[in-house]
Amino acid sequence: MTTTDMPRPLDADAKQAVSRKRPQNAAGGGFRRAVPATTLLWILACLYGLPVLWFILSSLKPASDLFSYPLTLVPHHPTLSGYLTAWRSANFSQYFINTAIVCVITTILTVGVSCCTGYALAKYDNKWLKVFFVCILATTMLPSEVMLAPEFLVVRNLGLYNSFAGIILPAVLTATGCFMFRQFFLTVPDELVEAARIDGARELAIFARIMVPLSRPIMLTLAILSFQWRWNDYIWPLLMLNDPNKFTVQIGIQSIVGAQNINWSVLLGASVISMIPLIAIFLVFQRYVMSADINAGLKD
Amino acid sequence: MTISASDVSASPPRRRSKYTLAPLVLIAANVVLFALFFVWPAVIGLVYSFTNYTGVGVFQWVGLDNYRNLFGDSTFYDALSRTLLYTVLFVPLNFALSLLAANLVVSKHAKGASVARVIFFIPWLLSPIVVGVLWRWLFGENFGLVNYVIEKLGGGAVPWQSNADLSLLVVVMAASWMWTGFTMLLFIAAIKNVPVSYYEAASLDGAGPWRQFISITLPSIAPTSFIVILLNTINAMKEYPVFVALNNGGPGSSNNLLVQYIYETGFKRGQIGYASAASFVLMLILMAVAIIQLIVNRRVENR
Repeated sequence: MTTTDMPRPLDADAKQAVSRKRPQNAAGGGFRRAVPATTLLWILACLYGLPVLWFILSSLKPASDLFSYPLTLVPHHPTLSGYLTAWRSANFSQYFINTAIVCVITTILTVGVSCCTGYALAKYDNKWLKVFFVCILATTMLPSEVMLAPEFLVVRNLGLYNSFAGIILPAVLTATGCFMFRQFFLTVPDELVEAARIDGARELAIFARIMVPLSRPIMLTLAILSFQWRWNDYIWPLLMLNDPNKFTVQIGIQSIVGAQNINWSVLLGASVISMIPLIAIFLVFQRYVMSADINAGLKD
Repeated sequence: MTISASDVSASPPRRRSKYTLAPLVLIAANVVLFALFFVWPAVIGLVYSFTNYTGVGVFQWVGLDNYRNLFGDSTFYDALSRTLLYTVLFVPLNFALSLLAANLVVSKHAKGASVARVIFFIPWLLSPIVVGVLWRWLFGENFGLVNYVIEKLGGGAVPWQSNADLSLLVVVMAASWMWTGFTMLLFIAAIKNVPVSYYEAASLDGAGPWRQFISITLPSIAPTSFIVILLNTINAMKEYPVFVALNNGGPGSSNNLLVQYIYETGFKRGQIGYASAASFVLMLILMAVAIIQLIVNRRVENR
């Protein structure tokens, strides 16, 4: 892949500004073209939205109404009993706290480490940095799912089995994070660094005082992504933890599914509770998630 | 801070490699992590794959036995062929849906696009486990909404859970639904980067929207399409949680994919050496897939 097919942010903005001013097509009237496009869009959107809507509405039904025919979309007697039972049963609140701890720590470490690496890759041109760049690229080819057994042994040999550190540390290095920051710092003019050097600033001070504050939007984007990845992790925590008091939310949900008789009322409640934090974060920070920067890391 | 043009042109491009300590400090953490959690597992994985290590105690060197047993194991072939089938179904479906969603969202004719974009994106926020649960709830054979609607329309109950192929199809749909939001974002960014003048010229020549899509949009976003296919192939090859939550790799073990096979052999039966060999085969397959796609991409670009 060449670097030529990477959209330069400035470029993209300019084009978006232009695209908003696209002239109306003279051949097809606006209204005549708007109807099929809008209809198709909303048919598709309904197909995508319905499963989630049905799931959430079902979770508000009392356990006795879940399977009563005929099925109703809207619950007759909406109740939060499913949520309350889920929250109180099987340490679920403990799982929630565990997951939050793991997510927050991993995210902070991921953002910090990726920011440093991305800056080094963008602003210095040592030979060994190029080699390391390829190394990071290689990690994308070998996801942890592929190295399940050996990775497990390594973590066990480090004495991190059944500890949060065993889940957190292997997850800190992400190629996507490093490349997102590299992409961003490439757009920061070298003159800025040169000027600071001429003023006698030390290298690491330039990074800490000038570059880190500049990269705040990227930090937030990666933080949201990282939080989402870790919140939704399943297989790695499952392998790493054997103490039920340390389980994460996803393991808790899967253990309800794995039971002989699935308690759907509790399962729906637990699942919806587990969705809330991410959807809340997303709705607040939508702008950062939806920005095109997400692909900066992938477009290399 | 102003830098005049003469200043810039006067100074030759500086070699910045005189700095060693600063970049070294900056990448130190990631170098350590890379060595610990990437190089080390890769090396011992390769070593253990030639032994009968069970995770504890002593082990013996068994040479290529693990690999021989692996290729003689019909369960492994089932998992491999099922994984490939799943990938072949998932990648095009997700590609088509995401591209359709992206085009509709950026279309200047579609109303309410920003709300729709959020709706498309929400499934990506859900965890694979929750997606599995959600579709299990939707496609339950005697309680699910889908069969209820089919019966209302006069059809019979469809065996979504007890028929292996239908069960796989539900996972394909669930995974495509989950990944659409993310893939759509990649496509949106690519489509927005196509110069508007191309479309203007095309519509002056009388090309309709379909023709514009085929002749302008598709070729322009080819690099992104390539990345999407590559990422989705890798994602599909290592899918596990959606299956676990939706049908537990069932009915029976008919939908046990590769990662589940590795998990079951390595951690439920304690055959770490054997599981390492299976891991290595999966890794080689992923590498092969990536290399083949790179070569095809080169060919297409050089044409």
